[in-house]
Amino acid sequence: MPTSAPPHPSGENRPWRSVDQAMQRHDYRPDALIETLHAAQDAFGYLDGETLAYIAAKLRLPPAKVFGVATFYNHFSHKPKGEHTLVVCTGTACHVKGTDRVLAWVRDRYGLLPGETTADNRLSLVEVRCVGACALAPVILTDGDVIGKRGVEETTAVIEEWLHHAP
Amino acid sequence: MSEPILTLVVDGLQVSGLASETILKVARENDIAIPTLCWLEGLSSLGACRLCMVEIEGSPKLHPACVTPIQEGMVVATRSERLHRYRKAIVELLFSERNHICAVCVANGHCELQDLAVQLGVDHIRFPGRSPQLAVDASHARFVLDHNRCVLCMRCVRVCGEIEGAHTWDVKNRGIRSLIVADFETPWGLSETCTGCGKCVQVCPTGALFEKGRPVAETHKKRPFLPYLMANRAREHR
Repeated sequence: MPTSAPPHPSGENRPWRSVDQAMQRHDYRPDALIETLHAAQDAFGYLDGETLAYIAAKLRLPPAKVFGVATFYNHFSHKPKGEHTLVVCTGTACHVKGTDRVLAWVRDRYGLLPGETTADNRLSLVEVRCVGACALAPVILTDGDVIGKRGVEETTAVIEEWLHHAP
Repeated sequence: MSEPILTLVVDGLQVSGLASETILKVARENDIAIPTLCWLEGLSSLGACRLCMVEIEGSPKLHPACVTPIQEGMVVATRSERLHRYRKAIVELLFSERNHICAVCVANGHCELQDLAVQLGVDHIRFPGRSPQLAVDASHARFVLDHNRCVLCMRCVRVCGEIEGAHTWDVKNRGIRSLIVADFETPWGLSETCTGCGKCVQVCPTGALFEKGRPVAETHKKRPFLPYLMANRAREHR
């Protein structure tokens, strides 16, 4: 494999252990990639170049493959996230039910575009294409909690309420 | 046990092929031309561009000829008013998706997308152009990647992974945001996996990948190298 040597984890205080464990559990098979990316995101909050290079080298996968998979899924984040994360679904059903208006409201209210975090690091906005719960459209996730089946105004009220009470 | 030979009808012609062969392969063996873009002899079939769609009697939907295996008694039509309409629309959408300006393209006159447009009689693009602002990666000493001319056929990705074995290229993001990337979005010239073999440049159907130092319209690609290379490798294995 013509990849560069992995950055050695011992030189840093990163909790690589859970990532290593995920790979070990799958015998370092290349098809453990997605599982490993999940473990890394859970451990570090996001996936940066160093993490991806480490995983690629350990699983003996081409760097481009790892990068392609990590950028394909909206779930994986490539920048550090804020204290709270708001996920807005923009799949067809949710779009029809008005999540475009929810996104416009978030832009006006918090000055956030999808993929961005507020300057005070309080809120990150993530846009996903379908969370697989179209019957609940319009769907948003507030720190992982699914909220659906509400009108646009009700949804935005829920967001304000949630951020107000969130620690 | 040898593979069974199946017979079918393509455009009214009685033809036969091995059970594992696709409609496209059998059609080509019988000099029946089906338009293709992502498909290339010597690479795995992807079925991505949808230009090789054909009609099969008894099925209401269209089937991509490059990935559909033949069946006994199949009746296939490779041209029809409907297929022509769809193929034309696909080519127009490809043109509208990025910045395909033939007059200033290195591949002008030697471009598969341009050839398809001519073949299908595309004289106008009915869809508004998206005119995205896309980067050009000229960091490699000998080659250039211009995303503005890329149709995402994935030939470069496949030839690099399957034939060269380097897998320098892959696709980042998804849908309308998809882009070809080297390694970890590394500038091509700094890629540690790229061997500089240039196979991707030779298989690229448009001017998205090209050699430096060639003026407009003077990029001649050597696509037939692939079957030749494969045949030589097979001989070495024996």
